[in-house]
Amino acid sequence: MSLLRAEHLSRRFGGLLAVDGASLEVPEGGLIGLIGPNGAGKTTLFALVSGFLSPSGGRVQFQGEDVTREPPHRRAALGMARTFQIVQPFAGLSVRENILVGAYLRHARREEAVRVADAVGNEVGLGPMLDQQASALTVAGRKRLELARALATQPKLLLLDEVLAGLNPSEVRDIIPVIRAIRDRGVSILMIEHVMQAVMNLCDHVHVLASGRMIADGPPREVTANPQVIEAYLGHGAAARIAAGGAGA
Amino acid sequence: MSARDLWPGLALLALIALLPFVASNTALNFLLSVLIVALAAQGWNILGGYAGQLSFGHAAFFGTGAYATAILQLRFGVNAWIGLAAGIALGALVGWAIGALSFRARLRGSYFALVTLAFAEVLRILANAADVTGGAAGLLIRLSPGVANLQFPSRAVFLWLVAATVAGVLVLTAWIARGRFGAQLVAVRENEDAARALGVDVLGVKLRAIALSGAITAAAGCLYAQNFLYLDANIAYGTWISVEVLIACVLGGAGTVLGPVLGALALHGVGEIAKIALGHIVGPVPGVDLIVFGALLVLAIAFLPRGVMGGLRRLGQGLAR
Repeated sequence: MSLLRAEHLSRRFGGLLAVDGASLEVPEGGLIGLIGPNGAGKTTLFALVSGFLSPSGGRVQFQGEDVTREPPHRRAALGMARTFQIVQPFAGLSVRENILVGAYLRHARREEAVRVADAVGNEVGLGPMLDQQASALTVAGRKRLELARALATQPKLLLLDEVLAGLNPSEVRDIIPVIRAIRDRGVSILMIEHVMQAVMNLCDHVHVLASGRMIADGPPREVTANPQVIEAYLGHGAAARIAAGGAGA
Repeated sequence: MSARDLWPGLALLALIALLPFVASNTALNFLLSVLIVALAAQGWNILGGYAGQLSFGHAAFFGTGAYATAILQLRFGVNAWIGLAAGIALGALVGWAIGALSFRARLRGSYFALVTLAFAEVLRILANAADVTGGAAGLLIRLSPGVANLQFPSRAVFLWLVAATVAGVLVLTAWIARGRFGAQLVAVRENEDAARALGVDVLGVKLRAIALSGAITAAAGCLYAQNFLYLDANIAYGTWISVEVLIACVLGGAGTVLGPVLGALALHGVGEIAKIALGHIVGPVPGVDLIVFGALLVLAIAFLPRGVMGGLRRLGQGLAR
């Protein structure tokens, strides 16, 4: 059964159709990628799924329930957690207090919430930094904090918006197993990602968005060889030129 | 934000409660006024300090509390204690109403601050014109000392009552700061979108914050009315109280448990000391306490961006190192 089903989602900003009839599905336990060139509408699609924007058309189903009109905090309560592409730490708080806000969603008592927050902090590798100010974290640390806060809400579905962007290759290598471990303990994941190494490594299935439309989907290797996808990234005729160049070499 | 933050405050209030045994009536009257401002500032602190929604119009709650207590006694013959409870409830209701109107309209930052100022001014003008509030002549609560009437012949008892209320709100604030609601308040202050993503009902949290804030500040208004037994629109709904609670919190440390109380004490303490000291040296200087207010505020913003509490914490960290 699919955990998340987005059907024909559209979003118009004035004259711009940022997302145009996009559909996708996240099966229970899946790790699904959403890729596409810059400006394709990936983050807008994420905002539609998580409730931060309301769609101009289409609907969102979560666990078989229509949540199209539910506000973001209700979706979070239902088990949908998101991170932000541009990290949004609570700058005045410590790392632990940041994660606590997420943990309080399912645990009203402080002791339990702290226990969950510390466990999640350790899981994403922030254990030694729990008492630091969030504003003192490095970019990699802040990305982990985004992840930790979302995880602390104990979601069924985790929406990751470019958690690897801005990290150096060794930091990316460090965090990939963390994401895999989260999936392995039963959290389904939908991730927007530009770092192809991670997409190839992690995702079972990839959707490709270009100019607001879904142009392809399938296993990562298949999708990256798809001429339409190559053209979306590199321009019209690129696939043919690569094929010709490849044959000539 | 823990019990550790609470003890110095409670100790301070206990000390104040002992003062009636040594201090003069003038000093007690002064302390009473300061504690009433401190209580009103504690109310502001919940909304402005913890939830980060800056209000320039807390007079709206202060005045509502004061008028409710006075009008219920004078026009409806209601007992003063019930008047106090009703005033607190009405303060919460007015807070909720102002919040529902302005937060639903997504007013934030300076827009929200200006709207609260406008609400307070509208209430002031209405109170100045209406019959039930005694118009510009104001209201005089009948002097009839007795515990049942919430009037005490001894200044000391009233001081104890106000100090106990301030202590109660200190405990309440510390309890909130430690728990889920406190975390949600701070999350809303720091980043609304991030809070929303973590399941925080931002509008609901803001509404609860402004209702609680209104209730506490209204309690201060009730006690003010019972203390002075007189009020008019410029006292109850006047800008003075909106400004004083704001300065007390900024000076003491907004978003800390003790900040508003320390701020109110420091502000008025220093102002009063300056007035007395200068009076001895060069004769009376009218308005010198206001000059001190201004100077303190400038100094606090320049050197103590997190108020006295922030400064103390930095000092503590420095010593620990």
